[in-house]
Amino acid sequence: MSAISREDVAHLARLAHIEMSDAELDKMTGELGVIVDAIASVSEAAGADVPATSHPIPLANVFREDVVGETLTVEQVLQNAPDSEDSRFKVPAILDEE
Amino acid sequence: MAATTESLVDFDEALEKYDPVLGFEVHVELNTKTKMFSDAPNVFGDEPNTNVTPVCLGLPGVLPVVNKTAVEYSILIGLALNCKIAETCGFARKNYFYPDTPKNFQTSQYEDPIAYDGYLDVELEDGEVFRVEIERAHMEEDAGKLTHMGGSTGRIQGADFSLVDYNRAGVPLVEIVTKPIVGAGKRAPELAKAYVAAVREIVKNLGVSDAKMERGNVRCDANVSLMPKGADKFGTRSETKNVNSLRAVEHAVRFEIERHAGVLEAGQKVVQETRHWHEDTRTTTAGRPKSDADDYRYFPEPDLVPVVTTAEWIEELRARLPEPPAERRKRLKAEWGYSDAEFRDVVNAGLLDAIGETIAAGASAAVARKWWMGEISRLAKNADTDPEGLGVTPATIVELNGLIEAKKINDKIARQVLEFVLAGEGTPAEIVQKRGLAVVNDDSALGAAIEDAMATMPDVVAKIKDGKLQAIGALIGPVMKATRGQADAGRVRELVLEKLGIEG
Amino acid sequence: MTEIIKLSAVELAQKLRAGEVTSVQAVQAHLDRIAAVDGGERGVHAFLHVNAEEALAVAAEVDAIRAAGGAGAEALHPLAGVPIAIKDLIVTVGQPTTAGSKMLEGWMSPYDATVISKIRAAKLPMLGKTNLDEFAMGSSTEHSAYGPTRNPWDLDRIPGGSGGGSAAAVAAFEAPLALGTDTGGSIRQPGAVTGTVGVKPTYGGVSRYGAIAMASSLDQIGPVSRTVLDSAYLHELIGGHDPRDSTSLNEPVPSLVDAARQGLSGDLTGVRVGVIAELQGDGYEAGVQARFNESLEVLRAAGAEIVEVHCPNFKYALGAYYLIMPSEVSSNLAKFDGVRYGKRVIPADGPVTIERVMGATRAAGFGDEVKRRIILGTYALSAGYYDAYYGSAQKVRTLVQRDFDAAFEKADVLVSPTAPTVAFGLGSKTGDPLAMYLNDVATIPANLAGVPGISVPGGLSEGLPVGIQFLAPAREDARLYRVGAALESLLEKGWGGPLISQAPDLASAEKEGVA
Repeated sequence: MSAISREDVAHLARLAHIEMSDAELDKMTGELGVIVDAIASVSEAAGADVPATSHPIPLANVFREDVVGETLTVEQVLQNAPDSEDSRFKVPAILDEE
Repeated sequence: MAATTESLVDFDEALEKYDPVLGFEVHVELNTKTKMFSDAPNVFGDEPNTNVTPVCLGLPGVLPVVNKTAVEYSILIGLALNCKIAETCGFARKNYFYPDTPKNFQTSQYEDPIAYDGYLDVELEDGEVFRVEIERAHMEEDAGKLTHMGGSTGRIQGADFSLVDYNRAGVPLVEIVTKPIVGAGKRAPELAKAYVAAVREIVKNLGVSDAKMERGNVRCDANVSLMPKGADKFGTRSETKNVNSLRAVEHAVRFEIERHAGVLEAGQKVVQETRHWHEDTRTTTAGRPKSDADDYRYFPEPDLVPVVTTAEWIEELRARLPEPPAERRKRLKAEWGYSDAEFRDVVNAGLLDAIGETIAAGASAAVARKWWMGEISRLAKNADTDPEGLGVTPATIVELNGLIEAKKINDKIARQVLEFVLAGEGTPAEIVQKRGLAVVNDDSALGAAIEDAMATMPDVVAKIKDGKLQAIGALIGPVMKATRGQADAGRVRELVLEKLGIEG
Repeated sequence: MTEIIKLSAVELAQKLRAGEVTSVQAVQAHLDRIAAVDGGERGVHAFLHVNAEEALAVAAEVDAIRAAGGAGAEALHPLAGVPIAIKDLIVTVGQPTTAGSKMLEGWMSPYDATVISKIRAAKLPMLGKTNLDEFAMGSSTEHSAYGPTRNPWDLDRIPGGSGGGSAAAVAAFEAPLALGTDTGGSIRQPGAVTGTVGVKPTYGGVSRYGAIAMASSLDQIGPVSRTVLDSAYLHELIGGHDPRDSTSLNEPVPSLVDAARQGLSGDLTGVRVGVIAELQGDGYEAGVQARFNESLEVLRAAGAEIVEVHCPNFKYALGAYYLIMPSEVSSNLAKFDGVRYGKRVIPADGPVTIERVMGATRAAGFGDEVKRRIILGTYALSAGYYDAYYGSAQKVRTLVQRDFDAAFEKADVLVSPTAPTVAFGLGSKTGDPLAMYLNDVATIPANLAGVPGISVPGGLSEGLPVGIQFLAPAREDARLYRVGAALESLLEKGWGGPLISQAPDLASAEKEGVA
């Protein structure tokens, strides 16, 4: 397993929407390298025939009937909003496309 | 943004050199009572942020729970598209940041869609049938609605800020993805439109979606690429997002074919990117190119457990499937006895259901067609709505027709009565009574009016006596005028002939 | 009043029922204790928020019902009127919920977690919200954005984490009961290092609705207390099916109180206890190992059959955990973006776009450990790495489950030290994330497999508590209570009382500090 590079970390920080200074990137790169090395053995632990487990206790078909429940009031919806207008959340301009 | 003025190659020329390959991702909003993962109401058009629970808002600590009806609707769609239904499938998180996505991930399906490997036989307007292979149909949730404020256009570019309403966030969606469609050639734009129309018809017929494109219930992303004629390796594709009317789908595919050909003819490479459709100019402009930001980091949704379908469950749902639209059309055409042209017009006007209901209420197929394709369509056009939106009930049509057949009113009066019905004045019979619109059947009153007319037009009378019976028409106008339109034209003719001693 | 705070929850409940103490007196005694030991330079700092007014009001309501007698009093829950502290990862109406993060400073939830609804229905006065590592990420409570909690046994040491606040509150007699959450040991490891009891229920046994998710497939809410029986009562109260949590088990809650009472008899005849060979020896402090070995002897003397079991894949568990957990973290914490709630930071310079606001908000709102895990998880899930990391880790999860299955063929419960060391000094591991992660080596396998675990006090090493962990098969939480209560009662006979009674007297220490 190749060590994680500074460019990798910068890319991951962009994907994760966390702004990082150069100093933070350097520090994070070093720390992640150590951690990744320590856990790399996981990738060799299990053979191809071992199935993946995503849920510790297997359940299936847990459904809800299609019945309307209680909604929040607009006041509750917006009570913690950093900014709002016209019963809606207000956010700065969006440059990227969907 | 890339320049919008790219040189296009004329459609026919483009098709001489290239084969288009199409692909569609159609998103269908289900009309369940509640959202996909929350018991918030799934209602269009309510006040902002009123159909919101902690789950829809992605508040800290919330968990999703799957709406069983949404799963069943998804299976119904899969069955109607001749898909296989997964024995077991799960949900996955698609991770990306966008303010209309409350959790900054969309709960969707990834490797194991609920329905896969299907097909849809799409009928073009001339009756040619084209089979479109369906790759998959999977369940997911809709995003909230962003309104871009400030700037001049209301578009995202140049906006000062945006407002977010999460009413739509979490509405159940089924995304239907086709396999690459090759071989449509010149008919590609037409097929595009017909495919989306067919999907819309199916989900509407199933009753699982309101299927109103203008409300975004059915939304289409259209992929287009070109390959040189005879080649078997697909070209680079563009993905035109949110083409949200049938006409636009057709135009967008046509435009992209012309644009791709222009790029290729200029010796350039088509960029793999999303495109935006502009209805006003009927063109697309470049959106975001594919990039490493498209790393959605899908992984199994740990807050939801798998859906396991049993044969019993599938068969129970299959039994609920209505007659497929294409088969239904074939049957109705035969039952109603319409000509090819008449039936096509009815289908294109979207009036199959309305006419069917009117026939069921007791009208003949011809009468039902006459009213819906005639007066009701005309009134709808004037009112800038669709015929079904006017609120004419089958019972009204049956009653109006009964009054005509009983010779209580004539066609012209009947049309007036319909307008009064729509204005809320009552039933046709009540209106005829109240407004005194009944046809004048009193022969003596009618006779007087006829004699007056004959007296003022001796030349016409002479022509009739000479055997030119069509001249009677000239007398009908004055008689109608004298009786304020309430005379029955047939009866006028009979009385004229009677008075002149001529056998009709 | 000192007496009241030293009572176990069950003892206090008996006195409330007998009318010897009122709930208002009980709540006030604990509020006084909080005022005396929690604040100040060298206070325990178990609480982030104290909910005095509401707690007293609920207490008064219980007292009134009890005073009125009749059916109303009869219908009261056994724990009605007994105060409780809530880990600040669990959302509560009327009290702020911060998750120990600046990101949620001042955030007020408009809804209650399901466990909170149950606590309200049973009328347990909520004393307040307890400190934790930010978003429950840590083993020492030092990653709290609001400063660390101190270990009541030694104020210069960590109380464990992430639920150090709940464990310290209970250990310092600031509350008889608390709620914790356990993703990789966050209830059990603090229990071990503070000489208290902590239980991670079977995954799905307690609703997660309203527990701010760290790693959804690993998180579980559970009880924190000073006695095994107290945890059994609290566990029964908070357990059970919740239609709002799709991973909640739709099964009746087993009778845990009965199991604990059975265990208190001290008889374990016929119970097979499996010693996990891989969770001892190298890496475990000598004092920890010594107390562990003594506990095995006590269990044997009580009639238990001690067998050795091997779990060869446990050596991969820590690595798998540090791939699965951060992956889920990276997605679960994406919602904190400054749009709908919580902190919003406008970038100091450059254009103000939503992308830059999100980046600046998350940069300022999250601490280093949270960022580390988000980046690590983003890496583990990213294109090209998924199979090697996340995919492999999920396979290891299967292997760990198979190890448990095989071990439970040979034993009814498994046993290990809860943590490899006693409480370490504040600041001694904050610069070395990996060393910090190693604290969870014995607790993590249970989370990966979804099986229940308990930590009970096992004595002292160098004056600091050691925890003994029992693990049971999924849905067999009752076995933990039986064996845990048995060990507790037998050890206490040797100690001449609860281990916690050997803890230093904080109130006088505080006075000395002030003087």
